[in-house]
Amino acid sequence: MKRAGFSTKWMPILLLMPQLVIIAIFFYWPAWHAIQSSFYLQDPFGFGSTFVGLDNYTDLLGNSEYRRVAIFTLVFTVLVTFFSLAIALLLAVKADNVLRGARTYRTLLMWVYAVAPPVAGFIGLIMFDQSWGPLTRLAGVFGWDFVLGVNFNDTAAAMVLVSVWKQIPVNFIFFLSGLQSIPRSVREAALIDNRSATGRFWDVTFPLLAPTGFFLLIINITYALFDTFGIVDTLVKGEPGNNPMTLVYKVYVDGFRGNDLGGSSAQSVILMVLVLALTIFQFRLIDRRIHYT
Amino acid sequence: MKRIAFTTAATLAFAANAAFAETEITWWHAMGGALGDTVNQIASDFNASQDEYKITPVFKGTYEETLTAGIAAFRAGEQPNVMQVFDAGAATVIGAKGATIPVQDLLADNGVDFDINDYIAGVRYFYADSDGKMIGMPFNSSTPIMYYNIQALEKAGVTAPKTWEEFQTVTAPALKEAGYTALSQSHLPWIFTENFHSRHNLPFATNNNGYDGVDTQILVNNDAIKAHFTAVTDWQEKGHFEWFGTGWGDNQTPFEEGKVAMWLGSSGSFGGLSKKDLPFDFSATMLPYWEGVTKEPTQTFIGGASLFAMAGHDAEENKATAAFFDFLTSSEVQYFWHKETGYVPITEAAYEMAKADGHYDRAPAAEVGIQQLSLPGGDNTKGYRMGFYVQIRDVMNREYGRILTGETSVEDAFNAIEAEANNLLARFAKTQG
Repeated sequence: MKRAGFSTKWMPILLLMPQLVIIAIFFYWPAWHAIQSSFYLQDPFGFGSTFVGLDNYTDLLGNSEYRRVAIFTLVFTVLVTFFSLAIALLLAVKADNVLRGARTYRTLLMWVYAVAPPVAGFIGLIMFDQSWGPLTRLAGVFGWDFVLGVNFNDTAAAMVLVSVWKQIPVNFIFFLSGLQSIPRSVREAALIDNRSATGRFWDVTFPLLAPTGFFLLIINITYALFDTFGIVDTLVKGEPGNNPMTLVYKVYVDGFRGNDLGGSSAQSVILMVLVLALTIFQFRLIDRRIHYT
Repeated sequence: MKRIAFTTAATLAFAANAAFAETEITWWHAMGGALGDTVNQIASDFNASQDEYKITPVFKGTYEETLTAGIAAFRAGEQPNVMQVFDAGAATVIGAKGATIPVQDLLADNGVDFDINDYIAGVRYFYADSDGKMIGMPFNSSTPIMYYNIQALEKAGVTAPKTWEEFQTVTAPALKEAGYTALSQSHLPWIFTENFHSRHNLPFATNNNGYDGVDTQILVNNDAIKAHFTAVTDWQEKGHFEWFGTGWGDNQTPFEEGKVAMWLGSSGSFGGLSKKDLPFDFSATMLPYWEGVTKEPTQTFIGGASLFAMAGHDAEENKATAAFFDFLTSSEVQYFWHKETGYVPITEAAYEMAKADGHYDRAPAAEVGIQQLSLPGGDNTKGYRMGFYVQIRDVMNREYGRILTGETSVEDAFNAIEAEANNLLARFAKTQG
């Protein structure tokens, strides 16, 4: 195979420069600042700062509230990722089989994608209103006294529900195109070998969807960890109280509301390390087991 | 050479222009909706009242967002002339020496008369330093009071309670009998903690409630407040009290709907409640107190926010800011603000004007806040000053929510608040080091 090459080594560097500069300015520089200020306690106005070493980190790790938020974030991420992938896959498989009216069905499912997270949160706020929310009333029918914003578990349930609802369309689009790219011949061959639709799905379709699924898994974990911020903020109305919150939201609460720049920076650094570890783990361990066509 | 000539000409033209133009200053605030309209009205009245200065108000979101925006702007050297800072953020901005010009100095330097005794008692020292020098100009000042549904109380055959003892033995059972939840309340840290201490003249923090230094310890873990919260959970079990969430409106709405008969809110809520077409008549009375704790309840202090003159502007702009503060504290403007919004007038003169105009004959509830702020004071009634206080309030909100949903006991909750608050205070002390 012939490889295209450059005659000088400066040309590729020059061509890469704009991208590298952008990465440096918008990622490495702020990241470096976050790491630096995580070792200091700073007056918000910038008049004084005291070097405190690892105090900001030890304060966090020794804080039972921080652990509680971390555990909630973990549970929340697992639930959101699992349900938004599973439901989207189910819908995609069903949509793939529909012959008539397929376009309408798909368009309707994709619509939700256009809803911004705070708007999704606001819809959740209306649906779960304590006195007249339709979903609160529905829960009441089953004897569930749903009180959003008062009960920790109820608020958590609403957060998961809204986040899953918001994420399903993206997953659906990817799964559907993944399904449609499976060659017809493979499906026909499978039809001869196995008469059970469920069996065919798990033995043939699912493994062939694995690359898509792997990609979506990463996207969904990042979504649950970071992009649900707007939903969390809207559902707790900016006043978390005893309601659940995610790690990213806590960075905001302590840093932007509370003006605790050092503590908030330490939390950001912990999140950066977490994402780094997650990425390495996924690409090193899981990527190898997946077969890309 | 050509370029230099051009720049010089441009500079000259600009300077000449500036010499004739009015001095422009900006004001960042957190007053949205109807409050924002009133703020804009005040600003345009000021601009119309003279032709030397022009103020531009800019709405910056919530109190927290406004403070954060102001801090970021200050660090970038782009700060506004006037910034509105709320009660819990006061320690942050006052602690940063050099970020603001003490309003008392600003007025004195620009030849505006200033006497702190012109201000009503509960307003004077909240935004002052430990020597009693006013640092921030109180603006939208309010204090917690108890609103009640007149028809509900009549139906139950009771009057608004003066003490919590009366509430739990007489008022609440009668209201329950009449089909109401007796009480709900907004902002637990503000009403059931900060002003609870002030109403009973109890120390809230060491160092003279934090005014005398940053090495402050919170004193919230005391028997009086623990007994209060134990009583609250008891009322909750009996259906005399209901808690609808951390948000301010969560607890105000059931009162407006007529489900809850009495609501502890802000004197600043008066304007909003009057404009709403409520299905009942309402009035207000002072915050109840525990007779078992004190026989002589003291004044509460203000919440709401104040205006700070940011440092780093030239003398001409500071003069404009002083002129604006002078205009803002005039009796006419204060009375206008008070009448429109329900926030208390900050000066005695404005209060007298409201009385003379018959405002309180028409709306007796509008006077309750000022009366409460003018009650006899004590050592612990001028306010508090604690750093990272926004986070401390978050901790309180969290633990109170846990008490009221049965997740934790009163004892554990106050231990947690004390420990976390003291940790935050110690951390704040280090930022000032």
